[in-house]
Amino acid sequence: MKKNYIKTEFEALPQNQGFARAVVSAYAAAKDPTVEELTEIKTAVSEAVSNAIIHGYEKKGKGRILMEMEELEPDKLLIRITDYGIGISDVKRAMEPLFSGLPEEEMSGMGFTVMESFMDKVLVEAKPGEGTVVTLIKCLDTYYDL
Amino acid sequence: MDMIFYVDDDTLIVSLSGEIDHHIVPKLRSDIDDEIGLCGTRDLIFDFAGVEFMDSSGIGMVLGRYKKVHATGGRVTIRNAGRLVKQILDMSGVFTLMEYEDTEPET
Repeated sequence: MKKNYIKTEFEALPQNQGFARAVVSAYAAAKDPTVEELTEIKTAVSEAVSNAIIHGYEKKGKGRILMEMEELEPDKLLIRITDYGIGISDVKRAMEPLFSGLPEEEMSGMGFTVMESFMDKVLVEAKPGEGTVVTLIKCLDTYYDL
Repeated sequence: MDMIFYVDDDTLIVSLSGEIDHHIVPKLRSDIDDEIGLCGTRDLIFDFAGVEFMDSSGIGMVLGRYKKVHATGGRVTIRNAGRLVKQILDMSGVFTLMEYEDTEPET
């Protein structure tokens, strides 16, 4: 049984990055995170959703992105971003700092590095032709009442 | 996302505010490039004081402008970035190429 499981699905359009951030922000805010933790979560989600929008589908804007959120433990959140697009042929290489699938477009190639710096765990599963699943796990610092 | 340009002698100051992500960056990029062309300034300052959110798309935007400005002998300075914005820029070594300065007291 998944705890406080919420999912939302939206079209792979650039303007939906802001929507995805707002949704995850509203979800995580209920856990009373620090402002910094909330920004870290929003940033990591922004990177994962950007990747799905920019690289996920051959035809830009033609496809859907699924975002799922779940509480693994009271202070541990899971966010999973799935696309059903072209996948990644070499995940290890894609996750290297400065690697960019579109080198001519002024991309920094730092998306996965940012996700890994800001989250406690980043898992990437990709199958060429079937899509990519990025799972982000964040442990929040919890201060219990004394 | 809002952007205000100021010209100070040979420096173009770009004051950014709001959220910077991959959706907005192409527009910022072309607006800044147009402004540089229009003003003919040599140096560039990015002022992040009003930026509430930025992901790695900001790195590409800053580095891309650096390449242009540097090619004509100009300098790029980053100003007033919040802790996380600074951390993101730092991850790709931006501060080995550009100066950083704070001109506003931290709130």
